[in-house]
Amino acid sequence: MKLTLKIWRQKNANAQGTFESHQVEADEHMSFLEMLDVLNEDLVSQKKEPVSFEHDCREGICGTCNLVIDGRPHGPNQGTTTCQLHMRHFKNGDTITIEPWRANAFPIIKDLVVDRTAFDRIIQSGGYVAVNTGQAQDGNAIPIEKDQSGEAFDAATCIGCGACVAACPNASAMLFVSAKVSHLDLLPQGKVESAKRVQQMVNQMDAEGFGNCTNTGACEADCPKEIQLTNIARLNRLYTSSMFSTSKKY
Amino acid sequence: MNWLTHFFTSSIGKKIIMSLTGLFLIIFLLVHLIGNLQLLYNDGGKAFNLYAKFMTTNPLIKLSSYLLYAGILLHAIQGMVLWSQNRKAKGRKYEVYNSTTTSFASRHMGWLGVIITAFLILHLVQFWAKMKFGTVDMITIDGMEVKDLYSVVLFTFKNPIYVVVYLISMLVIGNHLNHGFSSTFQSLGLNHKKYTPLIKKIGVAYSFIIPAAYAAIPLIMYFTK
Repeated sequence: MKLTLKIWRQKNANAQGTFESHQVEADEHMSFLEMLDVLNEDLVSQKKEPVSFEHDCREGICGTCNLVIDGRPHGPNQGTTTCQLHMRHFKNGDTITIEPWRANAFPIIKDLVVDRTAFDRIIQSGGYVAVNTGQAQDGNAIPIEKDQSGEAFDAATCIGCGACVAACPNASAMLFVSAKVSHLDLLPQGKVESAKRVQQMVNQMDAEGFGNCTNTGACEADCPKEIQLTNIARLNRLYTSSMFSTSKKY
Repeated sequence: MNWLTHFFTSSIGKKIIMSLTGLFLIIFLLVHLIGNLQLLYNDGGKAFNLYAKFMTTNPLIKLSSYLLYAGILLHAIQGMVLWSQNRKAKGRKYEVYNSTTTSFASRHMGWLGVIITAFLILHLVQFWAKMKFGTVDMITIDGMEVKDLYSVVLFTFKNPIYVVVYLISMLVIGNHLNHGFSSTFQSLGLNHKKYTPLIKKIGVAYSFIIPAAYAAIPLIMYFTK
């Protein structure tokens, strides 16, 4: 199949970016990233600068293959990452627009690669549990109710790709932060640092310059792991109640 | 920073302000509607004029009206602050934007709010300011001298331009409510599969019934009074 790609090209963080059109010959069995590999091989053979895009595991768990494809983070399919998108979902002759995540808190490094270290700093601020060092604990030492662990696990499937921020018209990181807060808070081990965690993570999220959530639901619709808005409600609950109940301010 | 200031200036605190003031205005819409439906009584405006007199003189109503002004101002100002902060946070917009995943209202709450503010100013100038600062003819009902606000309303709604303006405004308010109603509960942290589907249904019904009932007032007055 013959495709026209309209790709965002930008030399570095400070350069003025622009769209560039390229023709590519792809196979319908290729993944989207393999199609981009073909394009880059063509560009290299023509002695042109290949398109920079991030990728690592190519099996939907690392959260690095972040592209906005025809206006949707990770492309048109529900619940998949870009690497899990295959060219059979496109037609011969299609024009595909490929853009990087757009959010001021995710500055562009080059072409389609953005700097998502803001997420790392949010995790560092409170997305952890403290455990004693030494002998490994027995995995089943603390009983956890089935539904509770299921809900925690659903939240824990967040791969931190940032599609929620990319999809949000306000570039809000609430879905990411709420998933991380929920997954720890729903478990007994996470309860110990609950108030500290939620306050510090929200503080860091605000400091990074993400926008405010206006409940549009765009994040939930485009999340490759289908993290739900109920997590954001939980974040709102936990943050509000902790602000009014703890004597210490984190 | 004081913890309370910190809370209300955090991204979640700002949502809580929008949601609480929004909920207050949602309830106000219902109360205001019930009072104003008296315009449709076939009594030459007697019930409505007595109600208007009560609303402008009762001290408890006066107190709650100040609360209402504060609520509207806070909701509007906070909304504008959020709007500008969110635009700044997004930066450059996408070349291709796919809007199928979100509702029209949720994407345009700011613009809908601006139109509602413009309508509110017109509405206040037409009736509230006239009642408070302008000259309204007096009428005697059951031996009591009251301002004849009913005739002012009737005169206004005999003008087809105002009828159309009011109808469009109600359409805008309906859209704003459509997102706002369920959004209020989400912001307060109330989202659960047990009751959220019900809240959403009530929200859709509310955002249709309330503006439709309001819209009926100018329509009925234009055509039948």
